Amino acid sequence: MQTIAVVDYGMGNLRSVVNALEAVGDKRDRVLLTSDPQQLAQADRIVFPGQGAAGDCMRAIDEYGLREAIISAAASRPFLGICMGMQVLIDFSEENQGTECLGIFAGKVKYFGDGHKDQGGVKLKVPHMGWNRVTQVKKHPLWHSIDDGSRFYFVHSYYLEPQDPSLIAGTTDYGVSFASVIAKDNVFALQCHPEKSADCGLQLLRNFVHWDGQP
Amino acid sequence: MSLAKRIIPCLDVDNGRVVKGVKFVEIRDAGDPVENARRYNLEGADELTFLDITASSDNRDTMAHVVEAVAREVFIPLTVGGGIRELSDVRRMLNVGADKISINTAAVFNPEFVARAADKFGSQCIVVAVDAKRVSAPGDAGRWEIFTHGGRKPTGIDVLEWVEKMDSYGAGEILLTSMDRDGTRIGFDNDLTRQVSRAVKVPVIASGGVGNLQHLADGILEGEADAVLAASIFHFGEFRISEAKAFMRALDIEVRDD
Repeated sequence: MQTIAVVDYGMGNLRSVVNALEAVGDKRDRVLLTSDPQQLAQADRIVFPGQGAAGDCMRAIDEYGLREAIISAAASRPFLGICMGMQVLIDFSEENQGTECLGIFAGKVKYFGDGHKDQGGVKLKVPHMGWNRVTQVKKHPLWHSIDDGSRFYFVHSYYLEPQDPSLIAGTTDYGVSFASVIAKDNVFALQCHPEKSADCGLQLLRNFVHWDGQP
Repeated sequence: MSLAKRIIPCLDVDNGRVVKGVKFVEIRDAGDPVENARRYNLEGADELTFLDITASSDNRDTMAHVVEAVAREVFIPLTVGGGIRELSDVRRMLNVGADKISINTAAVFNPEFVARAADKFGSQCIVVAVDAKRVSAPGDAGRWEIFTHGGRKPTGIDVLEWVEKMDSYGAGEILLTSMDRDGTRIGFDNDLTRQVSRAVKVPVIASGGVGNLQHLADGILEGEADAVLAASIFHFGEFRISEAKAFMRALDIEVRDD
């Protein structure tokens, strides 16, 4: 019996995240969609999803009064950031003419760019949308039973560039090779959507709900 | 490149039932949306699109229940379209578990709706569905217009200008249907698809006219589409998604492996 809290700050389709956690968790696990800092403080593990623009996300986090609760959870318990919930862990995003983020990790979030091209000069669509490979560049318990190079579902126009390359746990190629997964101590965060990535995504979430938070 | 081209089966839903549902032996009820979705997911569909073909307000309640039931057990992206007119329609479908919402007629009559929806919910979940019909004479350079009411009513809007506008209004993806090809089974209008795909920065899904697996591949190779959508070739059990993927892989088109 454990409580898995999904942080609800009004950004995006959280139902899918809850559905997927319920599908992989133990029947006695409680998956709690909550905006209450108190409940976040008491949960055993935290899932921090997010969609939309960085500026809106940061504004919503503060309107809901969740900044401290998120930072404190990321410092103390198994913590999974998804999509925008990964990007805002960093210092700063280029989105919305520049957005100060939570600053849990040093680095920045960059735009793929208009006129984005691959190495051969072929136009690449933005957003980066669809199933792309994640190369596992660091051993981690959350990779258990997931083949290196497995495809996950992505949809985003901005990508993360951490200052400390040792944070990177997975990379993906889309014109540039970017950090699609970062991990440090009890925090694991990905740009792709495990809740929409069929079997590989469910396996990752299953690994997360059983993770002791040790890298 | 390592981003896979997507294959998307489209399910037409009428009053909570899939019409033209899969006729596979392992499916007991060809009209049950959850069974259809589960089957397509097992076969390796990259996304699912549900189209509400009646789109009355009663039916919208039913559609929300369909999406809710599918989202509880199928963990790939779900797009819902048909009769989406208000921000509240978008919110409701997202809340029950849809990932993307396809806006068609409402965009034509009120383009600002697309901008407001993208602003409110993020471009990643707003698909603009475009019904295009060729208006240039055979042999002339292609020119296409937006049509409404199932391809019956012309709007005078040029398709290429329209998709650029929708791109700039915040559409995250374009679902492009050739009304000339829809239901013909002679293949996509690849000339149209290519021109649209080159005109916008967002991904384009080709739709309308698929009759065999080569047509799907042509949509990618000649039409330069990012994804291909088909209904009948999958529904009637002629081809499985897995066969479509094997066919495309043999032509060096990158697809999701499993």
